[in-house]
Amino acid sequence: MTKKRIDEPTGTETVGHEWDGIEELNTPLPRWWLYTFYATILFAAVYVVLYPAWPMIDRATGGTLGWSSRGDLAREMRAADAARAGVRAQIAATPIEALPANPQLMQAAVAGGAAAFKVNCAACHGAGAAGSPGYPNLNDDDWLWGGTLTDIETTLTHGIRWDANPETRVNFMPAFKDMLKPAEADAVAAHVLSLSGKATDNATGAQLFADNCAACHGPSGGGMPAMGVPALNDAIWLFGGTKADVTKQILAPRHGVMPAWKGRLDPVTIKMLAAYVHSRGGGQDPAPAAPAPEVAKGAAPAAKAKTDG
Amino acid sequence: METVVRRLGVWALVLLASIAAIALTPDKGFAIQMGIVALVAVILIIATATTYDPVARAQSIFRMPPGPSRYDDDVIRWGVIATMFWGIVGLLVGVFIAAQLAFPQLNFEPYLNFGRVRPLHTSAVIFAFGGNALLATSFYVVQRTCRTTLAFPALARFVFWGYQLFIVLAATGYILGIGQGREYAEPEWYVDLWLTIVWLAYLAVFVGTLLRRHEPHIYVANWFYLAFIITIAMLHVVNNLAVPVSFLGSKSYSLFSGVQDALTQWWYGHNAVGFFLTAGFLAMMYYFVPKQAGRPVYSYRLSIIHFWSLIFLYIWAGPHHLHYTALPDWAQTLGMVFSVMLWMPSWGGMINGLMTLNGAWDKVRTDPIIRMMVMALAFYGMSTFEGPMLSIKAVNSLSHYTDWTIGHVHSGALGWNGLITFACVYYLAPRLWNRERLYSLRMINWHFWLATLGIVFYAASMWVAGITQGLMWREYGADGYLVNSFVDTVAALHPMYILRAVGGLMYLSGALIMAYNIWMTVLGKLRDEAPMGDTPHDAAADTPIARPLVTEPAE
Repeated sequence: MTKKRIDEPTGTETVGHEWDGIEELNTPLPRWWLYTFYATILFAAVYVVLYPAWPMIDRATGGTLGWSSRGDLAREMRAADAARAGVRAQIAATPIEALPANPQLMQAAVAGGAAAFKVNCAACHGAGAAGSPGYPNLNDDDWLWGGTLTDIETTLTHGIRWDANPETRVNFMPAFKDMLKPAEADAVAAHVLSLSGKATDNATGAQLFADNCAACHGPSGGGMPAMGVPALNDAIWLFGGTKADVTKQILAPRHGVMPAWKGRLDPVTIKMLAAYVHSRGGGQDPAPAAPAPEVAKGAAPAAKAKTDG
Repeated sequence: METVVRRLGVWALVLLASIAAIALTPDKGFAIQMGIVALVAVILIIATATTYDPVARAQSIFRMPPGPSRYDDDVIRWGVIATMFWGIVGLLVGVFIAAQLAFPQLNFEPYLNFGRVRPLHTSAVIFAFGGNALLATSFYVVQRTCRTTLAFPALARFVFWGYQLFIVLAATGYILGIGQGREYAEPEWYVDLWLTIVWLAYLAVFVGTLLRRHEPHIYVANWFYLAFIITIAMLHVVNNLAVPVSFLGSKSYSLFSGVQDALTQWWYGHNAVGFFLTAGFLAMMYYFVPKQAGRPVYSYRLSIIHFWSLIFLYIWAGPHHLHYTALPDWAQTLGMVFSVMLWMPSWGGMINGLMTLNGAWDKVRTDPIIRMMVMALAFYGMSTFEGPMLSIKAVNSLSHYTDWTIGHVHSGALGWNGLITFACVYYLAPRLWNRERLYSLRMINWHFWLATLGIVFYAASMWVAGITQGLMWREYGADGYLVNSFVDTVAALHPMYILRAVGGLMYLSGALIMAYNIWMTVLGKLRDEAPMGDTPHDAAADTPIARPLVTEPAE
């Protein structure tokens, strides 16, 4: 069967087999191919001596370099922690309300908070902290539970309606679906929207609001941040600002939940997060010492509530 | 008559069992899947009872030449049609999920969300398109290189149609939300059992045909086919060892847990690439490239050495999918060094394919099928270099979990598997349907350029996306904190995702041109067009790359 012949174009001898017209040349292995193959084998042989490789009875060989991926990670984390240790110690030692007095430290806290925000908070509040329906926007000056550094730190630490934390912030708005007739709910919604100039007012709605809502939300809808009661006169809406949205919220209110971060994040990180959120643009100063900076931008909507929800 | 009654009885039992399963199961998806089985049984009952021959009828629709010729090519024709059909389906779904990644509004809940459609894409292109191509070409090649007809012709038909049932059950399962959450092995236990039966039948037909060969030696393509069939059987069985929650429900739980489960899965996943998409397709290459080029295989010795080194080394490389995970360091090391050693054995196939063109290099210019094969081998070489490189831990720490991996997979899948399959189908169609030539050679040229440009768009955009992603994830500011949030990286990749979808669309449109070309060939039409490659072969200018040493007189 063997019919070896010299293949003309290449000048190489065939092996002599033939299948369905296919022959094979007896070309030797390309040298560069063979030596590269040897080189990779050599690389492998050296590598398995230097690094953990051979499984033994109860553990694998550790490699002469003593390298391990866990050790590698621990070393990198130690280095990163060491680089941040000084700043963190300083932040830990400074009460949060004293942070703004030290601009450099405040800046470091904001930077650390920004990083922690991306990992822990962006999923709900958005990467730019702009929120989404049901998740508050943290860039505006509208605060449900107060917007001073201390307020924000408390919210972060204990959460909102977070049952697992005994000190969590809690409030509930009653559902009015059994108390108001559809027409009445409609009238109240129109009145609520009129507080921010988004609808025309009506007497029925105003009366119902005064009877049922003003106790918590205030006669002009200014809210009550100490109790987490939202302001209704600022055209900022957590669950939507159409009349249908507002009516729905009156009849069957939805309540957001924010986890308590105590125990999940260390106090320094929580402090840094508070500083970051405070720095987003709407942070408030503690009540007595609030003179200049924020009044400056309050030119047009003078009646707008600053402390609300 | 008795056989008809016996068959009817068997189908009726299958029907009864599936109806019972539908009635008793609390699992809606499982009921639908069993409904498909019942439907198949009903069709078979009707077909048997009326002695109506649906296959003959369908064969006339697809203009198949009558009767067995020298070789048993009937099932191969069906395989070619199935390859084209599933190829179009798989690519279309691929373009759709690429668009979903760029525009998430395209996730239509729940049946067409990304999580369900993505395995539909991967399974359709790998197992339906690639699998049918492997079935068809293996039956074609093994008969011709053994100079015999298929052993167990009835079983060969069962293999083909049984495999289609597997595909339909797998695909509908994904859409219904049935899956065991193992990448490339998503079908649930009962579909896995069915595939095992089909696959063992495939092994029986293939080995049976090898045993009745009228050739002294087994051709290299058949070594690769056999390695592919045996190893896939082993991988499939071990990775799918699972305990069903109930025999009347689709859900099952893996026999392994934790990191052992992960390692089993990636031992499977990596070798599905190694033995399905590499060994099997190298087998196709080893027959169709020398046939189309009309040249001897470059090196018999290289084929032996690279076959055995590839087979031996590939099976250990799986752990490189689990770098920097809970997998013990020693296993990660072994996964990496075996991947690095795999580089040259993989390239052996490329060398043997490309250098087979020695003495026929002019055909790259004149023969669009050869051009497609050469491009396929070039992409094969590129991805089998990229693979070992990505397995190196330092590189992997940047590339892992990024779109670089997606780019790597697609330069292999679109470039190597896709183009070599297209080239083989172009080779097969006129021969299987006894046509003078293909409907159009110029359309192959269009297909070639659309596919090549599509891959370039796809791979380049994913490289940029992957490296961007990897660098953004690990970016630390001077203050020691991470700079980017995850969603920042998603936003940064948006333009690349659009480019990727554009590349996929180009690749799909090339395949649509091909489907039209093949269909016209099947119908026996010839396109009136200017011939391609009218440049005559100049033997003097066409010198081999490896020119033998010739002693030349000194000056």
